[in-house]
Amino acid sequence: MNTLNDRKTLVSQVAEAMGKRVYNDGAENHKETAPRLELQHESPKLVSLEDAIRRSGLRDGMTISFHHHFRGGDKVVNMVVAKLAEMGFKDLHLAASSLQDVHAPLIEHIRNGVITQISTSGLRGELAKEISHGLMAKPVIFRSHGARGAAIASGELHIDVAFLGASSADPLGNACGYSRSENAKSICGSLGYALPDARYADKVVVLTDDLVNYPNTPNSISEHDVDFVVEVDSVGDSSKIASGAIRDTKNPRDILLAKQAAKVIVNSGYFNDGFSIQTGSGGASLAAVKYIRQSMIDRNIQASFALGGITAHMVKMHEEGLIGRLIDVQSFDKVAAESLKNDPRHKEVAAYEYASKQEQGSATHYLDIVILSALEVDVHFNVNVLVGSDGIIRGAIGGHPDTAEDSALSIIVCPMLRGRIPCIVDEVTTLITPGRTVDVVVTEYGIAVNPNRPEIAERLREAGLHLVTLEELRDRALKIIGTPAPLPFGEKVVGVVLNRGGSVMDVIKDIKE
Amino acid sequence: MELKMATAGTMESGDIMIQLAPSDHPGLDIHLQSSVAFQFGDQIREVIRETLMGLGITKAEVYATDKGALDCTIRARTTAAAVRATGNDVWSE
Repeated sequence: MNTLNDRKTLVSQVAEAMGKRVYNDGAENHKETAPRLELQHESPKLVSLEDAIRRSGLRDGMTISFHHHFRGGDKVVNMVVAKLAEMGFKDLHLAASSLQDVHAPLIEHIRNGVITQISTSGLRGELAKEISHGLMAKPVIFRSHGARGAAIASGELHIDVAFLGASSADPLGNACGYSRSENAKSICGSLGYALPDARYADKVVVLTDDLVNYPNTPNSISEHDVDFVVEVDSVGDSSKIASGAIRDTKNPRDILLAKQAAKVIVNSGYFNDGFSIQTGSGGASLAAVKYIRQSMIDRNIQASFALGGITAHMVKMHEEGLIGRLIDVQSFDKVAAESLKNDPRHKEVAAYEYASKQEQGSATHYLDIVILSALEVDVHFNVNVLVGSDGIIRGAIGGHPDTAEDSALSIIVCPMLRGRIPCIVDEVTTLITPGRTVDVVVTEYGIAVNPNRPEIAERLREAGLHLVTLEELRDRALKIIGTPAPLPFGEKVVGVVLNRGGSVMDVIKDIKE
Repeated sequence: MELKMATAGTMESGDIMIQLAPSDHPGLDIHLQSSVAFQFGDQIREVIRETLMGLGITKAEVYATDKGALDCTIRARTTAAAVRATGNDVWSE
C-alpha cells in the first residue's frame, strides 16, 4: 500500500537525510481567522520607538543611520538621538546622508558622549561651527551621495540600525516619501538616500506620521527590508523642504549666471535631441534649466531624462513633453514630490543607482550635462562646496564630484565675489571636486574653459561668448578686495573628505574661534 | 571737532553700518564686528581710520558692523556718518 501512514518511515528517512524536521500537524501555528484589517494592526513590527531600539539589538559603539529628505524640516534625527540618550546609549556612530541647521541639538549629545563619530555628506549651522572649532575627538567622514551609496552596498560603511522617516507606511513596513491617504501629514517625495540603508542595514526602523492600511503600494521601501514600524506625531515639516540651499532666485546676479550657463549649454555641442541634464542646488544652477527651455522649443530638441535633484521647473518641462523621463534621488520641492507620487515616468532611484562610481548602470554615467554651484573654484579648476572661506564647514558635498566626473560636460556657476569674499581663488580651502573633472566655470565677469577641453572653448568662442582665464578672474577679484589675511587654522583634523572611489581626498583642520 | 551721535549704512549683506559717537579721550576707537574679520579686519579698520582722518575727525568712538562691504562702500558709509555727526557737508564743498 502507499498511504500517508505507510510513507511515514520513508518521510522520516528522507527528512533525516536532508537534515530537516518532519512536519507535525499539531505543533504548527494555528490559523489566524481575524479579519485582516484588524489583524494587521497587531503586527509584531508595530512598536514604540523605545521598543524598536531595544529589540533592534543596538549596543554602544554601533552605527545608526538617517536620511535627509526632509532637509531643514527633519524631525527624526533629533527625536531618535534624544531617545537614545535617554536610554543611556554611548559611543554611537551617526551615519546620515546629510545634516542641516536643524540638527544643532546633536552638539549636546556629542558633548555627553552619546555620539562620538559622524559620517555625512554635509554639515551646516551651529553643529558645523562647533565641529569646525574642534568639538569632536574623531574627525567627521565626508562622502558624496554616490560614494555613500557605494560604501553601504560594499560593506565599507556598515549600518547596524537605520532609522528612516517616511510620510506613509503600513504596519508591515511598506513605506513611501508621500502618502495616498486622507490623513497625510508630510511629503518629501523620493527616498533615494534612504534606500541603501533600507536594503543593507542589519535592522531597519521605519518611523511614519501616517500609518495606513496594508498594502501601501506602490511603495519605495519594501516591508521585506523593514523590521519595525513606529508611529510618531511628525517625521518632518514639509514646508521646509525647499529651504536651505534650494531657492527660486530673484537675485539679478544669479539670473545673469543662469542665462550665461544656458548659453554655454546651447552652444556646447551637447545640446542635441535626446540629451540628458542635471542641475545642482543653488539659485543659479537651478534657474539655468528655465533658460534653455525656449531654445529646446525653437530647435525642436527634447531631453531624454533629467536627473537629480528634481525641481518644479523640471516637472513642468517634463509635462510639456520637453523632458522624457525624470530620475529622482531627491525631490527639491513639493511639486517634484507630488509628481513622483503620481507620474510613473518620474522614477525614484537609490543613491548607488544614481551616482555610484562602481555601479556601471548608475545614472550619472549616462548624463550629458550637469550645472553645479560652488563656494570656491581655484585656478586649477578644483572646486570646494563644503568649507566656507572663513574656514568653517558650511555646506555639503552632495552629488558634486559624482556628477562632475561622470558627465560629458560639467559646468560650474560661481560669482567672482560674494560680498568681500573671493570665489575664484589661488587654491580652494578644501578640495572636493578635482579640477580634471570640471569643464567650464561661468562667472559674472566671463567664462573659463578647462584647457583639457579646447573643443568646448572653440565652440563657445564661435558663439561669441566672453572667455577668460581663472587667473585673470582671481587677479581681478584681488584688485577689488585687497589681499585676504591667512585663516587661523589649528593642527587638529576635524574632517576627512573621501573621494568617490574611496580614497582620501583632503582633510579639514580646526579653526580658532 | 564737535561730534553728535550719528549712523550710516545698513546690516544688509555687502554693506557696513557705521556709528559715530563722541569720545572723552583723544584718538579713534574702532570697534569692528565683521563677517570677514579674519581675512579683512585690519584692512577695514584702516579704511575707516583713513577716511575719518581725511575729514579731520581724530577723536571718536566708532562702532562698525560689517557684512562684507567693499572698500568703496566702507568709505561712503563712513563719510556719510561723519557728515551727519559733524553737520559739515563735505560733498557740497
